[in-house]
Amino acid sequence: MASLSFIIFCPLLAALLIAAIPRNFKVLFRLIALGATFLPALAAARLFLGMASGHDGVQYEEFIPWVYSLGITYHVGVDGLNIGLILMGSVVAFAAACVSREITNREKEFYLLLLLMAGSILGAFASYDLFFFYFFHELALVPTFIMIGVWGRGERKNYATFKITLYLSLGALLSLIGLLALYLQAGGQTFNIVELTRRLSANPLSPGAQQAIFPLLMFGFGVLVSLWPFHTWAPLGYAAAPTATAMMHAGVIKKFGLYGLLRVAVPLLPAGAESWLPVLALLCLGNLVYCGLVAMRQRDLNLLLGNSSVAHMGFVFLGIASLSLVGVTGAVLVMVAHGFLAALSFALSGYLHQRLGTLEMAQMGGLLKRLPFIGTVLAMALLAGCGLPGFANFPGEALVLFGAVTAGRWLVILAAWAGLVIGGVYMLRAIRQILHGHLPERWAGVPDAPHAWHKLPYALLLAGLVVFGCFPGLLTKRIQPNASRIVQAVNGPMLADSPGEPEVPGHWLAGGRKVTGHE
Amino acid sequence: MNDVVLMGLEVAVLVTGLAVLLLDLWITPDQRRLLGFGAIATLGVIFSASFAYLPDGTQYAFGGMYALDEFALYFKRFFLIAGMFVLLLSVGTSNAEEGGQGEYLSLSLFALAGMMFCASAANLALLFVSLELVTVTFYVLVGFQRRRLASLEAAIKYLIIGALSSAFLVYGIALIYGATGTLDFRQLASLPAAVMESRILWLGALFLFVGLGFKMAAVPFQIWAPDVYQGAPPSTTAFLAVGSKAAGFVLLLRVLHQTLPVLETRWLHLLMGIAGLSIAYGVLCAIPQRSLKRLLGYSSIANAGYLLIGVATLSAAGATAALYYLAGYLYTVLAAFIVIAVVLQHTGRDDFDGLAGLHQRSPLLAAGLTFAMVSLAGIPPLAGFFGKFLVLKAALAAGAEHPGFYWLLGIAIVGVVISLYYYFGVVRAVYWGAPGEQPAGPIRVEWPLQVALYLAMVAILWLGVMPNQITNLAELAVKSLGLR
Repeated sequence: MASLSFIIFCPLLAALLIAAIPRNFKVLFRLIALGATFLPALAAARLFLGMASGHDGVQYEEFIPWVYSLGITYHVGVDGLNIGLILMGSVVAFAAACVSREITNREKEFYLLLLLMAGSILGAFASYDLFFFYFFHELALVPTFIMIGVWGRGERKNYATFKITLYLSLGALLSLIGLLALYLQAGGQTFNIVELTRRLSANPLSPGAQQAIFPLLMFGFGVLVSLWPFHTWAPLGYAAAPTATAMMHAGVIKKFGLYGLLRVAVPLLPAGAESWLPVLALLCLGNLVYCGLVAMRQRDLNLLLGNSSVAHMGFVFLGIASLSLVGVTGAVLVMVAHGFLAALSFALSGYLHQRLGTLEMAQMGGLLKRLPFIGTVLAMALLAGCGLPGFANFPGEALVLFGAVTAGRWLVILAAWAGLVIGGVYMLRAIRQILHGHLPERWAGVPDAPHAWHKLPYALLLAGLVVFGCFPGLLTKRIQPNASRIVQAVNGPMLADSPGEPEVPGHWLAGGRKVTGHE
Repeated sequence: MNDVVLMGLEVAVLVTGLAVLLLDLWITPDQRRLLGFGAIATLGVIFSASFAYLPDGTQYAFGGMYALDEFALYFKRFFLIAGMFVLLLSVGTSNAEEGGQGEYLSLSLFALAGMMFCASAANLALLFVSLELVTVTFYVLVGFQRRRLASLEAAIKYLIIGALSSAFLVYGIALIYGATGTLDFRQLASLPAAVMESRILWLGALFLFVGLGFKMAAVPFQIWAPDVYQGAPPSTTAFLAVGSKAAGFVLLLRVLHQTLPVLETRWLHLLMGIAGLSIAYGVLCAIPQRSLKRLLGYSSIANAGYLLIGVATLSAAGATAALYYLAGYLYTVLAAFIVIAVVLQHTGRDDFDGLAGLHQRSPLLAAGLTFAMVSLAGIPPLAGFFGKFLVLKAALAAGAEHPGFYWLLGIAIVGVVISLYYYFGVVRAVYWGAPGEQPAGPIRVEWPLQVALYLAMVAILWLGVMPNQITNLAELAVKSLGLR
């Protein structure tokens, strides 16, 4: 069943279709974009529900040789690691197309780039070939730059465009060198990740080579995920980006670097991972604490969201660095959860920006009275951001913390706990400043989202957060086999009585266990 | 007779050039365009005829002077495609050319024939003659708009530096002959080891390299490139950028791998150093440029550096990368110069201000220029990406034997990131640059140029998405060069 290729190529072909239509048919562009993102989202949901959980093999594989002489193949498939991301990515893409009502000039180019972005990032997640893995991601980056440049806002738009372009390209190139080195060291015959994993687990690379390649991938991917101290492009870029771009980039494209660490870097270079992940664990303190503190002092809602999204990445890094089953599972869960969360919060801030013309929080207040729907969703999103149980971030972050505890990095755990507290402070403050208090006169006529169709994207993203928050087992049972494979690649086969590696049962959180240190 | 058949492609191009020159005397000015289309169609026929040649190994003609193998054919096809686009470009912008249309066409055809001879040169004498045929015709082509001061200035610069490099070239050839007593590539390749150690031979080889470096526009022989790129008519610049550069590379590859086998080790550091310097110089100098043609001049220097990395790896993978890279570069640069030619014709300027609002005035031109810039920046799914990918891969593989390549790789990466800045600067100028006081009327693009631009864009995309065919051809070509 060509369902996975459909998810990737439906948006890409629709982008081509848009390129061929004259620019007068403005409504048509929007309709095509909505259709070409809705169908993949449906297909992704079907794949998600239809895939067999409980084993770590690749499912729904498709395989087309592309460049024989180099061993490049178009090879896509799903397993526990990427199915959540594909589902989340396709839903976010649909939501992003829905909220793009605000774009009123050059719609043709906008929807074309949005579809290009959506199709290619889903392709990057689905690819089991190093070349396409990189190719699709890079393809998704270019629209980001152009969209910020053309439809971006704020007077620092140009600066932000170039900053994000240069940073992300540097990160991508570093990781490209790492991927190429990996390919050449493994014999230079295949880019197939499954095949490479098999070969390298049979004959691992020399520790020296692993330790040389791993940092290339770690920092390359790290820059793409806004690893501290290479994070400064993120808040700036998201503040300047149009709503849909911020949603897609912060929600979906940014997860590529994390996914790359989990899919390629850690399992293929276990010795490198062992010696470099402690460095990552230290750097992610910068994300958790430093960026959290920076977020606390922001006056602009978008800058706050941008910084908090950088801070949330710290949890994922932490989970990966813990190299424990619980931690890695939690990291993947946070990736999916944060995708929904970031997309939802940027969608809401986009709504506010469009209606209010400003995102200065000091000028807002009491908006909950005027905006019952948007305000409620915003409050829920911000609460989800500080890790309230019931939203998908909570189980993910809790698992990451448990993973960090089993790894025994106390300094890091303390910092993560502090990060949670800081997150709570700025999120709650934002709720108070925006939604509560006195409503300024000038906002007396601000309209709420008028009808169900306008509410749909927000509701959909919120539903994602709530569903995976209440039933994290839906994801964890799919992630777990792959996560344990990754952990085993580094730590060696797990012993049955190995301490500190508890099973992650499907509904272990359903009992509502309290976790210390959580808000 | 067999000899003439072997070099039938060049003969056909030369005959076409002569026919154009002659027919120009017979036709009325309104029919000049038809003459151009006729020449393009003939080149198309010659191009398809090139697929009738199936060299079984290497075939030699004229006592070993002329070699025909897959490598030569790859480049002949490359030059023919470049020639067709350049003729189309010159026909489309004919109003801008002051001189005779017929002369311009025939001179371009002669330059094309020279380039095609370069691809087959198996003797230092033919190498020199074919290279001179290219260079001398370009002296005229660069200065073709003889009432434009910039064009004349460019021609003088090109003439002086070109003459200097020709002098180096011929002096080098003389020294090589003096040391070895032969000009033939095959005889040079089988010299006894004692002769190889001759210092005169090495000096000669070095001078030869200077002459080729000038064609490739590699540092330190790059000095002419920005000025000449800026001053020459756009169709000439396009031909110079792809054809002349590729002629330098085809000769370099052949001399490197088929003449003096010890050159490979002796020139390794030289090539690496020049590659690094070219990239660094090209990208750094391109940053402040405001003129698009000048920017492309510097970018062509940087691209010579990337190509030289592929050559310097001395591996089949590296040479294949260079060949593919050139193919992608061909369409990319042609697309850019088609847009520049039209913009220049309509606004009289080639700087960023002239580009402001281009996306409204002509979405096609804006899209074409964006394609070219994004491809030059090396971003998928366009041709430039796969070229850079192959070059980086070859360099990384060579790094296992020679750690110097890791440094080169570092320079290349920094170079790519810096180049993103100025390539995206062009995209910004097209899509969201501040519109100046330009009259914002739409730009009408003549149909020959539209066709050429669409073809170039499709080719850029096709090469990037389906690189298999070109890499196969390039691999075949490299194999015939004796590289494994």
